[in-house]
Amino acid sequence: MSQSYNRGLIEDFGRWKEFSAGMWAWIFHKFTGWVLVGYLFTHIAVLSTALTGAAAYTETIQTLESLLVVRILEVGLLAVAVFHILNGLRLLLVDLGVGLHAQDKSFYASLALTGAIVVASVPTFLAGVF
Amino acid sequence: MSTQVPEQTEEESSADTESQSQSAAQQARMEKKRDRAAQRDQQREAEEAEREFSEDGTYLLKVFRYDPEIAGKQEPRFDEFHVPYHTGMTVLDALMYARDEYDSSLTFRHSCRQAVCGSDALFVNGRQRLGCKTQLSDLEEPVRIEPLPHQEVVKDLVVDMEHFYDQMHAVEPYFQTNDLPEGEQLQSRENREKIKMSTRCIWCGACMSSCNIAAGDNKYLGPAAINKAYRFTMDEREGEDMKEHRMKIMEQEHGVWRCQTQFSCTEVCPKDIPLTEHIQELKREAVKNNLKFW
Repeated sequence: MSQSYNRGLIEDFGRWKEFSAGMWAWIFHKFTGWVLVGYLFTHIAVLSTALTGAAAYTETIQTLESLLVVRILEVGLLAVAVFHILNGLRLLLVDLGVGLHAQDKSFYASLALTGAIVVASVPTFLAGVF
Repeated sequence: MSTQVPEQTEEESSADTESQSQSAAQQARMEKKRDRAAQRDQQREAEEAEREFSEDGTYLLKVFRYDPEIAGKQEPRFDEFHVPYHTGMTVLDALMYARDEYDSSLTFRHSCRQAVCGSDALFVNGRQRLGCKTQLSDLEEPVRIEPLPHQEVVKDLVVDMEHFYDQMHAVEPYFQTNDLPEGEQLQSRENREKIKMSTRCIWCGACMSSCNIAAGDNKYLGPAAINKAYRFTMDEREGEDMKEHRMKIMEQEHGVWRCQTQFSCTEVCPKDIPLTEHIQELKREAVKNNLKFW
């Protein structure tokens, strides 16, 4: 047989406009998962300043919390965590075989709920930084 | 091109069955029903008329072309065909028209033209569909027709299905049992109902092509093969020992556990098989078999 033509990567993520709900849920779940793993390292780094003494830890935290960037990142972290939790629950239902025909709706629901929770949290996270 | 269904007259079905003795409520209901039908007809006619005029009766196809054997055609390109539209025209009809009237070198697979043989799974407007089961009127223009993604293109719209068939055969897609039956092997109605959807597979390969995991992991059995395995694993007539044997194949590293429930396969399946549901059920079955509390 003649040599056949391979169309390469353009078939996958180059077609993001054509993705369906389930595919987006998968991508977001992977992404938020990796972000949370990354956060874990910075979390441990900050907490471990307590090893050198209570004062060092307090100072680190106070410095970080006075920065606007950190506050905004915290809102982002909440968004990522909430979506990961909600979609995780959705995947749990999918694994149990419950409501598979409504999997797209449950994805949209978890997105909407994430949005609502994040918006509601903004005043709390940004209070006192300005 | 496609077989035309003879048009039935509406009078036969609804109007004559009414009789004078029917209650007023029933008559009112029938009245409403007729109104709705008339409205629907009007709307459809309007839509058809609009289509007829606004697009001067043709559909624009953009078809993927590639031929490794001819020097000038080795670089993939898209060819445009303006195909005259007729009511009920499918993507396959349009392709056949283009081949017969414009370019006889246009290559694609097709056979039964009624969604049974599974030959003409194509990538139409960004989605795996059966050419013969997809109405042109359901698609936006231009209609972009490509060969199935994640399979190597042999020529134009023809892809190499060898790997797909290998995966299908890997799950032993045939009935087998160690019990010697006494006469007919009857299946209970409930059991038949359970595997009903999974028996519909026509081996078109649309699911495998849509699966992101199968694209990245060549050893992954893929939705079609797992669905095939589900069809026999859940068939009670095969017996417990065969079920165990089948579960052993499914539990392997590149078996059911590769599925990450993206639902892509379920969405593109032209026979509406709930593939993800079947894969998930086999996963649960595998867990139940291996989970021991001792």
